Amino acid sequence: MEKVAPHAHLTVVSRFESIELVLAVVDDLLKQAELNGETRHWVGLAVREAIANAVKHGSREEEERIRVEATVEDGEVIVRVRDKGPGFDPDELSDPLAPENLLRPSGRGIFYMRKLMDDVEFRFDDDRGTEVVLRKQISSEEDFARTEEDTG
Amino acid sequence: MNIRQREHGDVKILDLQGKITIGVGDVAVRDAVQTALAAGSKKILLNMEGVTTIDSAGVGELVSAYTTVTNRDGVLKLVNLPSKVTDILQITQLITVFEIYDDEDEAVESFS
Repeated sequence: MEKVAPHAHLTVVSRFESIELVLAVVDDLLKQAELNGETRHWVGLAVREAIANAVKHGSREEEERIRVEATVEDGEVIVRVRDKGPGFDPDELSDPLAPENLLRPSGRGIFYMRKLMDDVEFRFDDDRGTEVVLRKQISSEEDFARTEEDTG
Repeated sequence: MNIRQREHGDVKILDLQGKITIGVGDVAVRDAVQTALAAGSKKILLNMEGVTTIDSAGVGELVSAYTTVTNRDGVLKLVNLPSKVTDILQITQLITVFEIYDDEDEAVESFS
């Protein structure tokens, strides 16, 4: 029987409390793909930042929904997070490493996403809202669990 | 996020346990530091040993705590950073901002 790639779709209410639910599903999916705890932690952190951004900036009305799609296929983790926000210009983001920004309390979320994943793409559409697509190659041996402890 | 407070001489030690993430631990850290400052503590040591996850909001709270304490003529330091917390501070070059120790006794001693 052909092995089906791990895949999850979920829709959650746009609240910070939804982050843990999304992360539990994504982490389970990454476990099914036999990724180790280290890789799951960093992918999870990037997803955490994406959902937090969607909650903060992606709601045009109360009880808005966030849609998440995650898959591991062809040696790549892909997580898409879609909200109803109007979007922004990624090129306008300030550099958190600039001396004048180093002690700012915010402005690091997208920077972390980009550092933790191989590719982060933003798509904006007037009707559909904002979508962020996170990608990470997992072909490297070090991403996979070697022991039962790694998968825990 | 659970935070236990204890004192070693005039150093207030806050043992952070759990996640410092948006909407959960970030506010708890802010409140604990504000409470310590309000009680007159000027030397604050955050024991990070029990921190399991920190996100950009949590990092922002650490930075805010640092600047708040410094602006009030106090000193805030970190001890016992788990490797994942070290990594996340390294990525945004904040590892150079905080004074960080591996050993609590050494950290406490450094305040004097």
